[in-house]
Amino acid sequence: MADENPFPGENNTGHFWDDNIRELKNPPPRWWMIAFWLSIAWWVLYGLLYPMWPAPPWETDKTDQEFTKGVLDWTSIKEFEQGMAQVDAVRAKYEDRIAQMSAEEILADPGLLQYTLASSKVVFGDYCAACHGSGGQGNPGYPVLADNAWLWGGSLGKIAETITGGRKGNMIAHQNILSKQEVDTLAQFAVDLSEGKEGSPEGWNLFNTKGCSGCHGPQANGTLGTLPNGDPITVGAANLTDTLWRFRPGGFESAKHTILYGVNQSGVEQTRNAVMPRFGGAGSAEGRLDEQQIKKLAIYVHELGGGQ
Amino acid sequence: MTDPTSSAPVVDGLDDLYAESEHWQVNDGGETIHAKRLPGRWRRIKWWAASVWLIFFLGPYVRWNGGQAVLFDIPNRQYHLFGATVLPQDFWMLSLLLLFFAILLAVATALAGRVYCGFFCFQTVWTDIFTLIEEWLEGNPRERRLLERAPWTPRKLGIKSVKHLLWMLIGFATGWSFVAWFYGVFPLWRDFFTAQANGAVYAFVALFTVGTYVLAGWLREQVCFWLCPYARIQGVMLDRTTLVPAYDLLRGEPRGRLHKGADARSDAGLDAGAQKQGDCIDCNQCVAVCPTGIDIRAGQQEGCITCALCIDACDQVMDKVNRPRGLIRYASLDEIEGRGAKALLKRVRVWVYFAILALSLVGIVYGFSTLTNIELKVLHERSPLFVQLSDGSIQNKYTLKVLNKANDDLTAEVAVRADVPIEVKGIEHRLRIKHGEVTPMIVFVRIEPEHLTGETIPIFFSARATLANGTEATAERESAFFAERR
Ligand code: SF4
Ligand code: SF4
Repeated sequence: MADENPFPGENNTGHFWDDNIRELKNPPPRWWMIAFWLSIAWWVLYGLLYPMWPAPPWETDKTDQEFTKGVLDWTSIKEFEQGMAQVDAVRAKYEDRIAQMSAEEILADPGLLQYTLASSKVVFGDYCAACHGSGGQGNPGYPVLADNAWLWGGSLGKIAETITGGRKGNMIAHQNILSKQEVDTLAQFAVDLSEGKEGSPEGWNLFNTKGCSGCHGPQANGTLGTLPNGDPITVGAANLTDTLWRFRPGGFESAKHTILYGVNQSGVEQTRNAVMPRFGGAGSAEGRLDEQQIKKLAIYVHELGGGQ
Repeated sequence: MTDPTSSAPVVDGLDDLYAESEHWQVNDGGETIHAKRLPGRWRRIKWWAASVWLIFFLGPYVRWNGGQAVLFDIPNRQYHLFGATVLPQDFWMLSLLLLFFAILLAVATALAGRVYCGFFCFQTVWTDIFTLIEEWLEGNPRERRLLERAPWTPRKLGIKSVKHLLWMLIGFATGWSFVAWFYGVFPLWRDFFTAQANGAVYAFVALFTVGTYVLAGWLREQVCFWLCPYARIQGVMLDRTTLVPAYDLLRGEPRGRLHKGADARSDAGLDAGAQKQGDCIDCNQCVAVCPTGIDIRAGQQEGCITCALCIDACDQVMDKVNRPRGLIRYASLDEIEGRGAKALLKRVRVWVYFAILALSLVGIVYGFSTLTNIELKVLHERSPLFVQLSDGSIQNKYTLKVLNKANDDLTAEVAVRADVPIEVKGIEHRLRIKHGEVTPMIVFVRIEPEHLTGETIPIFFSARATLANGTEATAERESAFFAERR
């Protein structure tokens, strides 16, 4: 910076570089100044309309509010609530129809079915996916919902019943009842049936005399009989004649384990655990889903791939 | 040597030319530029170029099949271009279109500088129209400056208000036409004045009215100087071979005033001891006509929008003083410096630009020629990839999304095919699809274990629908069937 101004009389600031490059005091163009002041006016106006200024201390004490309210009385929560109300309004006409129709009727209505599947996907994710997998693919110890095997029945009504009331399987531990030899025979019998074979005569004999058929059914297919509406009568016992295993991985050792220690036997250390909690029942402590949600969820599960 | 008693001026009106130049100063935005209007070759070209914008105003009135030929129907997310409907799914074509125009801008700039700025840019064109109106009402630049300084009389008030009213009317027409492309021009006529159009329509018209009025009326060349991003981009795309309006300094310098009664080409006209004078007579006409108020003789610079009006001006001066035209002309830096112009096709940049142009054009043409009326998308369920059923067969789940791009609702029939026997569940019913919408459909495919030839089996989906006019639309997709590794 030069001590002496080599350009006297010029409206420069007295800042010089390289001898002759200097900063001038030219005013900014008028339009620029206008825009500048307009921006400031806008800022002030905005602050009056919307919450922006820190609230005075006496206000803060009173309402816990850290900012002035703004003349428009706008808050983000309010906007959020309005948005939600809008979404609900859009959904209302579908939800109303779902409430009035039976699950079977909804299933027959392609448009409504689409809505139901899309909107219950979230509920499934929240309440079911942790055990049964995001696509109903199951987990070790938790049944697959996407196949066509159902312990408690796979009709819409039965599925809704299962979700509402929960399920708890029960198979006594046979470790003290059957000999080692008998356990092996029965386990092999289960494996044979799952592979589509006949099953040994000793196997069938034990199956019938040791009480297995009482739950697994005379044909060992998990069904005790059929109701007039076509629903099978079951007590949640596995179908031994299909290729699927309730407790995975399946096979001889797995079958032995289940026979020895049973299912849900208190006091038996290695027993299989198989409990489906109840999600329905308004007012009950456990009831977390209302009837509408259960209806939608039953349809969703039914449509995962194997509903009957 | 000036001799006040010498004969009458050789050049008529020379005094006037010099009188006009008195005003010149560097344009730093403090004062309104009042450019002089001269007729001429480039002026005419400029009008032709600007008339492209008539499409903007008249385009919405063009009809096609009973509807607006080009309508960007944003609420319904569809775009009608001469009978073809473009949906958001086809928007890759828009990227190509944008690419095409971006490269077009690049190639034009590399070849001829900021021709876009000078001839087509809405800022330039609208400003030109606005200043034309100004000239009609307030007179030539000198008269306009006088009027600006004059006290407010009823006459001045009258002139000014008419001017601003006309400006705003043009602004309104601009906003109106813009919205018409999106709203449909006849519905707009119907709804706008009966207060039935929605708020966005009024907001956009207002925004464009005010925007046009302020930008073209008040800011003018300031936009090119301070606001426009293209000014910066295009400025750096020039090179030595780019053709731009340029002042031939070898020929023009040293410039000097032409004195009355003198012919600069004879030494007699020179001041004693002065060297031979160049062709520029320092009349500042080139500056007086420049809409951005710059002096092209200082070289190619940021403010020059290459509108070539200075060429017209200088050519006329050259005619007057009897010298060859082209002191200011379209020329590259190489040419001006006497290096000769490089042939267009020898420039790598030109080739690269044209290659990209051609590619994007091919893409757009391909896109339009393959626009189908229905589209099918197959999403294979991933959780789980496959499910084993109780009879041992394997089931896969697919979500089909069928998009209806036709102009009416359709009923689509879906079919599945594979090289092995399959059992399909879920396609029993036909699919109703509203036009412009996507309807999903869930399909299960089952294959018996003995037919599972590998981990994946190709599987083909197709959707078929009959349009209202009897033609058939089909779409096909290949997907895969997954099974356990065995
Ligand atoms: S210098 Fe010439 S070409 Fe450039 S903007 Fe001015 S009149 Fe137009
Ligand atoms: S370049 Fe042409 S128009 Fe400009 S001052 Fe020189 S003679 Fe005049």
